[in-house]
Amino acid sequence: MAASASAASPRPAARPARGRRGSALGWAIPMAPAAGLLALFFVGPILWCFWAAFTNLALTGASASDPEMVGLANFREMFADGDFYSAAMLTVAFVAGSAIIGQNCLGLILAMLMRSRKAVVRTVVGGIVVSAWVVPEIVAGFMWYAFLADEGTLNSALTAVGLPANEWLYELPLLSVIIANVWRGTAFSMLVYSAALSEVPDDLHEAAAVDGASAVQRLRHITLPLIKRAAMTNLMTITLQTLSVFTLIFVMTGGGPGIKSQTLPLYMYQEAFKFSQLGYGTAVAIVMLTIGAVFSAIYLRLLRNEV
Amino acid sequence: MRRFIGLAMAAGLAVTMAGCGGGSESGSNELKIVYQKFGTYIHLDVMLRRLKPVFEQQNPGVKLKLIPVTANDADYFSKVNLMRRSASSAPDVVYEDTYVINSDVKAGYLRPLDEYLNTWPDWGQFPDSVKQGVKALDGKIYGVPMGTDTRGLWYNKTILKKAGVTLPWRPKTWDDVLATARQIKARVPDATPFNMYSGKPAGEASSMQGYEMLLYGTDHELYNSQSAKWVAPSKGMTDSFRFIKTVFSEGLAPKPAVALDKNLNTIVTTQLFPKNKLGIALDGSWLSSTWQKAGEAPWPEWQDTIDVAPMPTQNGQAPGKTSMSGGWTLAIGAKSKNPGAAWKFVALALNRENSLNYATTAGQIAVRDDVGKDPAYLNANPTNKFWTDLVSATHYRPAYAEYPEISNQIQKEMESVMTGQESPEEATKRLTESIQKIVGAEKVEAAG
Repeated sequence: MAASASAASPRPAARPARGRRGSALGWAIPMAPAAGLLALFFVGPILWCFWAAFTNLALTGASASDPEMVGLANFREMFADGDFYSAAMLTVAFVAGSAIIGQNCLGLILAMLMRSRKAVVRTVVGGIVVSAWVVPEIVAGFMWYAFLADEGTLNSALTAVGLPANEWLYELPLLSVIIANVWRGTAFSMLVYSAALSEVPDDLHEAAAVDGASAVQRLRHITLPLIKRAAMTNLMTITLQTLSVFTLIFVMTGGGPGIKSQTLPLYMYQEAFKFSQLGYGTAVAIVMLTIGAVFSAIYLRLLRNEV
Repeated sequence: MRRFIGLAMAAGLAVTMAGCGGGSESGSNELKIVYQKFGTYIHLDVMLRRLKPVFEQQNPGVKLKLIPVTANDADYFSKVNLMRRSASSAPDVVYEDTYVINSDVKAGYLRPLDEYLNTWPDWGQFPDSVKQGVKALDGKIYGVPMGTDTRGLWYNKTILKKAGVTLPWRPKTWDDVLATARQIKARVPDATPFNMYSGKPAGEASSMQGYEMLLYGTDHELYNSQSAKWVAPSKGMTDSFRFIKTVFSEGLAPKPAVALDKNLNTIVTTQLFPKNKLGIALDGSWLSSTWQKAGEAPWPEWQDTIDVAPMPTQNGQAPGKTSMSGGWTLAIGAKSKNPGAAWKFVALALNRENSLNYATTAGQIAVRDDVGKDPAYLNANPTNKFWTDLVSATHYRPAYAEYPEISNQIQKEMESVMTGQESPEEATKRLTESIQKIVGAEKVEAAG
């Protein structure tokens, strides 16, 4: 944004000296509060995190008041801990299941189904889907807990029609949280795809249809190539969002039973706040930050190739 | 002009930041009292609310700010520790469990109380054994005990009678407990036979009311005070895990989904027991306080239905019964700006009258001699004598700074065993590895 503003600054040759200084100040002053706040609340914690990850900082005990530098000990311990690998695999499964497959595909399907429907249908369906997204995460988590719990709505409904009840959150913890997250997140993908689909010109479709292309062929050769950029943006955003989902899982299963739904954010919480090992917890945070950065880099690269 | 804008920006930023800082610079005439209020545990909250106007009248100019923390034990400690990391949120007076005193002293969170206790006439009412429990490794005292507790078996007479058990029920071994639980399962199918706390959600209750009530009834303890080493692995450790496995895999305990509910304690005391849905509970001496008149779920007739029995040792080895004891204190934060006033509050809250009141409402075993002899205390609850007598067979948790971390690992392994993710042997192996990592392998010895 800053770059485009200075590139577009008018008549640079007319008043060279004052103009340049003016534009620098004109850029710096309005940006200062935002930059200051970002530095304070975004860069600051990350730097602190990098420091803490190499210490044995704890919430209680001697290393709470007087933490020592321990080098790479936290990372060595992490990579030797079976629970960490389990958490990493569960995180991958959770992101793949709920974001890349569930939320992404369902959002696209909904957007395409709604495309040529009446305004009333669009408003009602859109309203329902979006309301799931507007609900705060903690409320969504509790609603799903109440729905899937032992004596919850689903089991009551099942037993009412003579079907056996199940301990959903206990037997299928990961699937339960994946479905809940798809339910919550689909609206976002749907909105992105709706906007992208409205940019696809109808006459292209009609021309292809006249040439005898089937609906599937039109989807593959016309719609998908045209919304690729939106799809990439959507995928990147929801991947990063889903990677850091904590509240929903914490409320529904607490990461349990055992560690069966303990993704990296819950693992980090357990180590930092339940087991009081802040240093170790921040080391996990750094690993998560790295995973997020790698994903962003891949998506950004794919986006650039598309231009 | 530009300069002015810059200044205005800086001022604006400063204001924003100050806003973010919390702005609780209210000076030293406000005392922050931080304590737990969770589930059925409302008694301290009730007492502090009652004492607030009394204290403020006695000490003009000092205001009390009551900060109840609604969280289970594990989360309570995390929250309080986070508050203590900053002077602006650090409590002046804090509700502190005896078992975390050593690690919190090492963290520099607590203030020694010796200077006040030396001139406090009431201190003589506390027996030496109780004073030992609040003395840290540096020899100073960091908390004033509010009461102590013991642990054992509560059982529902109606259910045991239905199952054909002879009353009063006095199990001699773990197998007796399991046999009765199996009998209940067979003959009273709509009741849960046995409850014990297990796994991470119940926090310290799992370690203490659950695992250690088993372990300290075997031939091994968690810590060998003679050799000053932690004991792991041991046969007792594996046997304790095996008991947990038996209870959960045979369906003698609540379904794991319920057993891992964060509110299990509330479910047991307010639903399962009063509604005749639970046979036996391995639980704390304070359980009945919930059913008293001032409790969260009054049930005046509980004495007709509920009785108590000591938890037997594994094979009935002497002394035949076992118990664990802990207790909470009021302590003063190291960062308190007005420790004098904070002390005055502690002295008021734990004087004879208020200690008596707390012991009877919260179901605590009295620690002050004058309260212990008071007929009002002795007659308050028919089980008081039973629980007080258990002190003779009781054990204390190893009072070392590493214990809270080890306790967390115990809960983690318990959960893996109860959900079938680990065998008892694997759990012992992993727990041993964790203990070695926490305290250093040279401070751990194997047994049995």
